Amino acid sequence: MILNVIGWFLIYFGAVFLFLGALGIVRFPDVYNRLQAGTKCTTLGAFSAIIGVGILHPAWLAKTFIIALFILLTNPISSHALGRASYRSGVKLWEKSVVDKCKEFAECVEERNE
Amino acid sequence: MGKLSRFIFTTLVLFILWLFLTSTFKSQEVLIGLIFSAIIALFAYNSFTEQGLKNLSPKKVFCAFLYLPYFFWQMIKANFDVAYRVLHPKMPISPGIVHVKTKMKTDLGKLVVANSITLTPGTLTLDVIGDDMLIHWIHVKTTDVEKASEEIPGVFEKCLKEFLE
Repeated sequence: MILNVIGWFLIYFGAVFLFLGALGIVRFPDVYNRLQAGTKCTTLGAFSAIIGVGILHPAWLAKTFIIALFILLTNPISSHALGRASYRSGVKLWEKSVVDKCKEFAECVEERNE
Repeated sequence: MGKLSRFIFTTLVLFILWLFLTSTFKSQEVLIGLIFSAIIALFAYNSFTEQGLKNLSPKKVFCAFLYLPYFFWQMIKANFDVAYRVLHPKMPISPGIVHVKTKMKTDLGKLVVANSITLTPGTLTLDVIGDDMLIHWIHVKTTDVEKASEEIPGVFEKCLKEFLE
């Protein structure tokens, strides 16, 4: 009974954050800010939804832990790759951005100028 | 490090993964899992680990257990932070890319720090060049390299230095 409650709570908690992540992707102004919303919210959202399913069906718990662990490991890496690729291929920052230290590094801009 | 210790460590990790995936303790399945973990480890240990069984020293395991709850707490905080910025009608963001220095020396250390930074409030690792990290910050507080290094990776590094290096 109590496990049921915890499981459903985790699933809804995850669903709310997945929704907020989607909203962030619509509302934020540029690629990098959208990636922020996309990464953080989908990681926690998927993580807690998957663990919630595992708690509802204790036989799957070990498997869901493995899936959640791999999501936790790979999600930040993929968003890092996306951010890096978009900076290098010349996607501009939002016009109200405060600072861009990336310009100071030759590695960041060399492919931009070609 | 000794090749044997690296091989045993790889086998152990793969075997634990197998136990989790099959979630059974029938002797046949466990035996087959052990055999195949050993075969795969034979080919893969070279690229899988550099430290071998040293990774399992009590101090490192203890630090990892200390780090995990802290990391989860930061991750949940990060989500509420994003939620606040998304739902606020005026969107209180002032984004920018700042430059910080990391103290981690190994590749694995840098990877874990970069991943932790990405999942914590308002920061996203864009690039890692040697010791320099370029971080997209959703609400820039300082552009100074040293202050930013104190603010963003500082807290993680204190904890991670123990169990990764």
